[in-house]
Amino acid sequence: MKIQQLSLFAENKPGHIAAPARLLAQEGIDLRALFLADTEEYGILRMIVKDWPKAAALLEAHGFTAKVTEVLAVEVADRPGGLAEVLGAIEGSGINIEYMYAFPYLRGDQAILIFRFNDPDAAIERLQAAGINLLASEELLK
Amino acid sequence: MKTNSILETGPADCHPASVPDYTPVAELRALQLHRLQAVVKRAWEQVKPFRARMDEIGLRPEQISSLDEIARLPFTVKSDLRDNYPFGLFASPMKDVVRLHASSGTTGKPIVVAYTKEDVDVWTSVLVRALAGCGLHRGDIIQVSYGYGLFTGGLGAHYGAEGLGAAVVPTSGGHADRQIMLMKDFGVTAICCTPTYFLHLIDRAVEMGVDMKELPLRAGVFGAEPWTDSMRQHIQAQSGIEAFDIYGLSEIIGPGVGCECRHHQGLHIFEDHFYPEIIDSETGEPLPDGMEGELVLTTLSKQAMPMIRYRTRDITTILTGQCECGRTIRRIGRIGRRSDDMLIIRGVNVFPSQVETALLQIEGTLPHYQILLTREQGLDQMEVRVEVTPQMFNDKIGAMQGLHKNLQGALDRVLGIRVRVALVEANTIERSEGKATRVIDRRTS
Repeated sequence: MKIQQLSLFAENKPGHIAAPARLLAQEGIDLRALFLADTEEYGILRMIVKDWPKAAALLEAHGFTAKVTEVLAVEVADRPGGLAEVLGAIEGSGINIEYMYAFPYLRGDQAILIFRFNDPDAAIERLQAAGINLLASEELLK
Repeated sequence: MKTNSILETGPADCHPASVPDYTPVAELRALQLHRLQAVVKRAWEQVKPFRARMDEIGLRPEQISSLDEIARLPFTVKSDLRDNYPFGLFASPMKDVVRLHASSGTTGKPIVVAYTKEDVDVWTSVLVRALAGCGLHRGDIIQVSYGYGLFTGGLGAHYGAEGLGAAVVPTSGGHADRQIMLMKDFGVTAICCTPTYFLHLIDRAVEMGVDMKELPLRAGVFGAEPWTDSMRQHIQAQSGIEAFDIYGLSEIIGPGVGCECRHHQGLHIFEDHFYPEIIDSETGEPLPDGMEGELVLTTLSKQAMPMIRYRTRDITTILTGQCECGRTIRRIGRIGRRSDDMLIIRGVNVFPSQVETALLQIEGTLPHYQILLTREQGLDQMEVRVEVTPQMFNDKIGAMQGLHKNLQGALDRVLGIRVRVALVEANTIERSEGKATRVIDRRTS
């Protein structure tokens, strides 16, 4: 149920994301989703890519600081209230969202929410009990 | 700590060349006085600038009748070597010189040092004693990753390792991937290099998927720059080797002036050849053993270029009491700082080694760092740039801010002044194969 996300450390300076982006492009690595969390001085670029082991090895070999973490991908209806439904499922459980981002699904009228929960296993249980669809890596990246 | 069969069956930490390490103290002092008198006489006869300085203070070599009277002799400082570039301090004619080394000399002229055949033999013998004290011996495979060339590190360690009877792999510096490949394929058991370079090799080995703990490598003899005990713990934990501190400087002979033994309680100075004193670096007055001050060394047997009371600028202590290993030669404490690398920031004395101590307080991190000094509106600013390693990196902003705050807190506490911490991308701080450039001072006074 968990999917792998690639995170990259970058200084918050012009051009600092261009180099890793170019590297991934040269190797034909397709970015499925991308989110940049930033502070005044540095940022963390979070990416969902199909061939994440290759991308991680590539970034590391070129001296970038990258890390693979597990996150959850939740499928929701791409309509008003979609997000609220998902959040409702974990409300009152004490599970905390460490961060999240969303992107539209390539097929149909679904959107994908990416979550990093403080307790992913408990979150999986709650979400599944509420009938919410969690995407496996093969499904998300096919 | 890893062991291998050679270590288990071989001699403890001795070699026939190690005998002088155990000379009875009275005999050692008599030998030192005899050699001191001879070297002062030689310098006075052969080295014009030294003779001129002796004449200035009205001192003649025969007036030195005890070891304590060494304090009457004039000091030699680094600028004396520059001022007499290239051969002005030689005591031997070129026909007797078999080797010349020189410092890299980033500013102005380099300093030049010379060796006769006898000097090279002494240098080799002290390195044999140093390496034997680290538990190395014939049958060991020693990789020498100090730079070979004008720098004394490479050739010095090379001759020492060969003199010991070990098999030498003279890789010199650079090409980390190849260093690791050879280390693995040749079954290297010991390495000689700078501690920062070994840290680089540890990082690179991880990236290459090589586990140093699985290799036969069991000892590292690290020198040419100051390093801390916390750094030793880090190196030992990451690579499974025993890390030894070796001390030396080209002006005296190169590496092999002193070295730790397996008790790691300070560095034994091969004082039958290099006489140590500690002085107050402000007044130049000698200090008794056990007091901290600047290390001053006199070469007791050097032929080509005797150094009388050379001020090393290294701050340390001559340790009192005998080492558990039984060696009678005295020890100095590990050198953490130099009197000339002290930074004065907004009136506060700061040593780069303190920054390392602070960074090491943050668990699991020994990142590359650099100190950048600037002056803004007349006020000194100190920035510590810290590379984010994969171990430190976290995909949560909050965790990164926490790390930033912890680093900041540790630096403030240790240094006692407010500094700016910048987290920078990996591999963006300039690396040198030899010594790390820790400080960039852009203040213009």
